[in-house]
Amino acid sequence: MDQTTHPKSVGAVVPRKAQFTKPLALKCGATLGGYELAYETYGALNADKSNAVLVCHALNASHHVAGYYADDPANIGWWDNIIGPGKPLDTNRFCVIGVNNLGGCFGSTGPSSINPATGHPWGADFPLVTVEDWVTTQACLADQLGIERFAAIMGGSLGAMQALSWTIQYPDRLGHAIVIACAPNLSAQNIAFNEVARQAIITDPDFHGGHYYGQDTRPTRGLRVARMVGHITYLSDDEMASKFGRQLRHGRLNYTFGVEFEIESYLSHQADKFADYFDANTYLRITKALDYFDPAAAHGGNLSLALEPATASFLVVSFTTDWRFSPERSREIIKALLDNRRAVTYAEIDAPHGHDAFLLDDARYHGLVGAYFNRISAEISA
Amino acid sequence: MNTPAIQRADFAAIANWIKPGARVLDLGCGDGTLLRYLAGQRDTIGYGVEIDDARVLACVTNGVNVIQGDMERGLSGFADDSFDYVILSQTLQAVRSSEHVVREMLRVGRQGIVTFPNFGYWRNRLQVLAGNMPISNNLPFAWFDTPNIHLCTITDFESFCHGHGVRILERIVITNGKAVTLAPNLFGALAVFRFEHA
Repeated sequence: MDQTTHPKSVGAVVPRKAQFTKPLALKCGATLGGYELAYETYGALNADKSNAVLVCHALNASHHVAGYYADDPANIGWWDNIIGPGKPLDTNRFCVIGVNNLGGCFGSTGPSSINPATGHPWGADFPLVTVEDWVTTQACLADQLGIERFAAIMGGSLGAMQALSWTIQYPDRLGHAIVIACAPNLSAQNIAFNEVARQAIITDPDFHGGHYYGQDTRPTRGLRVARMVGHITYLSDDEMASKFGRQLRHGRLNYTFGVEFEIESYLSHQADKFADYFDANTYLRITKALDYFDPAAAHGGNLSLALEPATASFLVVSFTTDWRFSPERSREIIKALLDNRRAVTYAEIDAPHGHDAFLLDDARYHGLVGAYFNRISAEISA
Repeated sequence: MNTPAIQRADFAAIANWIKPGARVLDLGCGDGTLLRYLAGQRDTIGYGVEIDDARVLACVTNGVNVIQGDMERGLSGFADDSFDYVILSQTLQAVRSSEHVVREMLRVGRQGIVTFPNFGYWRNRLQVLAGNMPISNNLPFAWFDTPNIHLCTITDFESFCHGHGVRILERIVITNGKAVTLAPNLFGALAVFRFEHA
């Protein structure tokens, strides 16, 4: 497929739901009696079901990875720039699956779902979920879809952690892992940012200990602050400087606590948008899943030992200005993969955008991912 | 860039030395041509190190494992003795710290293989004698835009090895795709060495 001519959209897509009745034992010790996962698929599954690609989402995204909804054309999938006919992950050749993770707020069972034991929303009682739990449920979804083995599993950031975990939990069920802007665990600084975000939510009087669904209110102030903190860490200092600098919103200082600088206006806008569509209990749980992820921990901190079961081939990509999940962290993964003699390609993209670069359209980055998928495609048809 | 004939001679010499199934690290691997050749000829498990974006992309297209990075800033991501061979093909003359790179090659690999254009080749000497920096198939750059900052002769490299605890295991000298045995430092355009810790 020629990737240079008019990359197109997968078009109008329809979300689906999968039901699971087998109880799920979570890493935290709790058991869920049953659950639902919202998912979408794009592109056709081939006859031998060898062309499936799972795309795992990061903090605030969902199963809506590409395309748009017929009744809401402005709602475009969060990774639409890389997935579609003729795009780097080409839906003419691959069957792409996006899934909303357990504990999410976009259709999969989560804190806002009804707890069958009480008949009320779970709220604070919804258990804490982990990356490993998500991977387990994604494997259950694959079973239901009849996919024994994914051609590839791809993710950025927290999504990349899921791809990495797949290679450890189900090494035989994927051919390739595409691990973008990842880290093998969070640093103390990362956990600290997450904790600030959580405290903002938990201390919001509208949080009601997590049981706000019945209160006709939501902890939007806390969510707003949480999003602002997060957003700051996704951008590089340079990117913020070039985008906003010290520009003033109204051309002069007003000596008030209202919005004065452009950056304040931008953060406020992002915060409003986020607080409008995201659920606070889900946000708390996803940041915890991030904090907990540490596959090396069970091996005395030795990532090479943790990745020993992995048999997939890897594409690992980092971005030079990503200070949240820096290239150094990706190189830890590379070292562990080399120690295990795994097939691996590592690219360090010189992009100015910080952590968010993985979501943006950069010719080098997308060219590389496209070339890698060409390779996978050739393997499948061989 | 080298003519294909010279490149093949260089590659063939390296392939002849490498044991089947060996683990190979190619520093400055370019588009991965050598690694692909070795995988085809010797069934090697290869990785390349390359700094340039376009070449990294070419490696991906060629189906070669590549780690993007600056080999001069260290091979710290590679464990001691993790490769059977570490290759530096036509790059020794372009690295800033030749000593450091050779030391790192022998830390990460059991053996090192380097190829470099022989500055002592008579055609180069002739050009210097005529008053100009040499330009040739193996040294295609003008003095002002050359990446080659540490040019040496075969004799220079051999005394370097002697002075740095490096034992030369094998040497082949090539001109126009053919092996040269007579006065190699004079008649050899390209030198290929295999070496290990003394």
